[in-house]
Amino acid sequence: MNAPQAALTRRTFVATGGALIVSFAMSRSALAQAAQQPVKLPGSLDKTPYLDSWIGIDGNGAVTVFTGKAELGQGIMTALIQCAAEELDVDPKVVTIVTADTERTANEGYTAGSHSMQDSGTAILNAAAQVRAILIELAANQLNLPTDQLQAKTGAIVANDGRSVAYKDLVIGQALHRTAQPQSPLKDSKSFTVIGKSTQRVDIPGKVTGAPMYVQDLRPEGMLHARVVRPPNYGAELVSVDVAAVEKLPGVIQVVRNGNFLAVAAQREFQAIEAMNLLAATARWRKIAALPDEATVHQFLMRLPTQDQTIVNKGNPAEQGAHVLRASYSRPYLSHGSIGPSCAVALYQADKLTVWTHSQGVFPLRDTLAKMLGMTPAQVHCIQTEGAGCYGHNAADDAAADAALVARAIPGRPIRLQWMREQEMGWEPFGPAMSSSVTGALDDQGKIVSWTYEVWSNTHSTRPGGPPGNLLAAQYLAKPFTPPPPKEIPMPEGGGDRNAIPIYAIPNAHVVDHFIPQMPLRVSALRGLGAYLNVFAIESFMDELADAAKADPVEFRLRHLTDPRARDVINKAAQEFGWKKDDKRPRGRGRGFAFAQYKNLATYCAVALEVDVEHESGEVRLGRVVSAVDSGQAVNPDGIRNQIEGAIVQSASWTLYEMVTFSRTDITSRDWSSYPILRFPNAPASVAVHVIDRPGEKFLGAGEAGQGPAAAAIANAIADATGARLRDLPLTATRIKQAIGV
Amino acid sequence: MTVLNVNGQQHEVDADPRTPLLYVLRDDLKLNAAKFGCGLGQCGACTVLVDHTPVFSCLTPLAAVEGRYVRTVEGLGTIDKPGPVQRAFIEEQSAQCGYCIPGMMMRAQSLLEKNAAPSDAQIREAMAPNLCRCGTQMRILRAVHRAARLMTVEIERPMREAER
Repeated sequence: MNAPQAALTRRTFVATGGALIVSFAMSRSALAQAAQQPVKLPGSLDKTPYLDSWIGIDGNGAVTVFTGKAELGQGIMTALIQCAAEELDVDPKVVTIVTADTERTANEGYTAGSHSMQDSGTAILNAAAQVRAILIELAANQLNLPTDQLQAKTGAIVANDGRSVAYKDLVIGQALHRTAQPQSPLKDSKSFTVIGKSTQRVDIPGKVTGAPMYVQDLRPEGMLHARVVRPPNYGAELVSVDVAAVEKLPGVIQVVRNGNFLAVAAQREFQAIEAMNLLAATARWRKIAALPDEATVHQFLMRLPTQDQTIVNKGNPAEQGAHVLRASYSRPYLSHGSIGPSCAVALYQADKLTVWTHSQGVFPLRDTLAKMLGMTPAQVHCIQTEGAGCYGHNAADDAAADAALVARAIPGRPIRLQWMREQEMGWEPFGPAMSSSVTGALDDQGKIVSWTYEVWSNTHSTRPGGPPGNLLAAQYLAKPFTPPPPKEIPMPEGGGDRNAIPIYAIPNAHVVDHFIPQMPLRVSALRGLGAYLNVFAIESFMDELADAAKADPVEFRLRHLTDPRARDVINKAAQEFGWKKDDKRPRGRGRGFAFAQYKNLATYCAVALEVDVEHESGEVRLGRVVSAVDSGQAVNPDGIRNQIEGAIVQSASWTLYEMVTFSRTDITSRDWSSYPILRFPNAPASVAVHVIDRPGEKFLGAGEAGQGPAAAAIANAIADATGARLRDLPLTATRIKQAIGV
Repeated sequence: MTVLNVNGQQHEVDADPRTPLLYVLRDDLKLNAAKFGCGLGQCGACTVLVDHTPVFSCLTPLAAVEGRYVRTVEGLGTIDKPGPVQRAFIEEQSAQCGYCIPGMMMRAQSLLEKNAAPSDAQIREAMAPNLCRCGTQMRILRAVHRAARLMTVEIERPMREAER
């Protein structure tokens, strides 16, 4: 964890006693050369091969793990500590962790796509195993024994003859400043004592006792509070503003204006808010925004120019079976809806900018901030500090850019800038609206013979990293930066087409991704990207096909699946739910099932659930929810359960209630009354998640696997309860009522 | 100067009396637990207790709490000696990002002070003003049930010992 207080004293991380923690900058110079190695190293070691970039052991025996990934509330710190502790044979309690920091950790890009265990977990697991081997070698020299008479045990190397040397007495100088080898002496997973055991999260005690855990909690000496005044809508130009009136307010230090970017800094937080309000009231804007009609936005998007890509073409999809079905599905724009509006603290001092940020990618942010401000990346230091959960690319980076602009205008004073609720929901990049259409044909045996699928979507990533135009403020400066042209995320992971290819065994298939570059609303990555709609569509349609084939939905899926891990997850969920083929259900109650393997290459997740639909109102009550998940080798099973439980509840909220609303000029869903989300009385009756552990298998990452299956299971249960098939998200009570004709 | 009692301690605060209590707690008293979420009383991240009743501190002006008893998560226990609600949230691992959790804990504390053994439906009803975006609701419900048991044990133990 990046302890904010320590970070703010800018305590450099140097050796104490016989320590060998080497500052990261020292090891970086040789990286380019090391990266030339022809053999691929495990996980992120491939890009950052020095072992001491990942693991440090100091003169007191304290172990530090360095990760380039960010804690976002997903519990990554705890799982990574477990990986290190396991292979190093130390108590996890002696291990601390430093998360993404452009001057202390490896550059692991973005913390996104459920990649952290795969990239960073794999690197740390392997680095720790190689460090253990080095420690054994060092002990062998010291004790003059062959290495096969030595083993690691609780922070020491112990010899068969009873002698032992503590790690801290072995790691003199730069003993760990070595490049990683392609092969690691990994333990047999059967002997694991830390990995695979549910472990309490390291961050929860602080979070439940008011420790300064979040960027919002930083208050360095001399800090000022800042607020930004955003235009009334996209692209508006500032005509005039009464700066003098605002600067007369008590506590106000300075109004910062740069073109159409407007902000104010004050001594106290409430003074900054009052100043922001007066500034907004006196500002005159020229509005130029023109948004599409919300009621027909999907048709509008589908008429825009597209870049088309056929991502599957096998057999002859035109071949028709005995029974042909067609359907179309859609999802609206969705808000990330962080409970804490985005925030950053920035300090500009002696030509150096330091930014504490809850960005998912401090390295790309550093590079982009430097370009925006005309600085070099070396002059910018970004330190990841937790914020409220983000679930993708929300306004974290934008708040960092805002704080940086204010900090540069007021050098020497730390600037804490937090967005207001209405700014967060009006200006963050939304999860894009999407549409898809599918045609499927069954043969007379009830098997799918052909499948065509098309999906239409904007980009799912406008993250910073390239030109500054992806930072909101950069678009509004006196010398504005235009956003770079959006790109589709390539397969096999995909963006809009993530999970667009059916995982089922179908002989004839054609799948097309229609990528829409033009973005009438600001959009970017939201948990699951295109998989949320694609899995919703495919898994809804599988039920429609099962119904046409007069098959049980669970059996119908198994009929088309050969991967044993996929089958295991489906069977486990069905069995734990008590799914029976001809179960009788009371009137108004329905059950639904859905399955997906995230990106068709990562975590397997199946969801079975039941709902009650109130006939008069169309209201849906979520009953029992049962899920089974296989994310490979499970490091912290309770952490995986927490992620999947959260995914199911969050996806239920998206699926039943959520939709960004807008007029022809403005985003109109700007608070929790205009953008309602799930509240406690509507939470499921119960959620049970069964983790299928796969010791020795690769880490697959569980963060996003539940979003699609939960949505489709709900739609399938509503169809089961009411006979009405809803294909346009969200599945609101109003739409259900219309569909069932009340 | 406004005098207020926070977690049993008297504080004199020199701030505009219109200042919402939230900013006084966070910026003047340097208490981190109560969080800014919406400033509109819609999410509950800022929930604290005033004279045993949960309030949205983002909407409660400093002037309104003069001389009243304000409680925040910092008053429930410490990291070394967590109180029953805090222990329950740790034992049930009832957090993901955790930003909403202090507000959840104060609302739960208030419920359990009025109703020592609430039903699941009563807990859901009482917690309805507070939003969690990570989807940790099921764990929060378990934590409130657990906290109810922990509090009952804590009350009963000294009583039994006194009887002996």
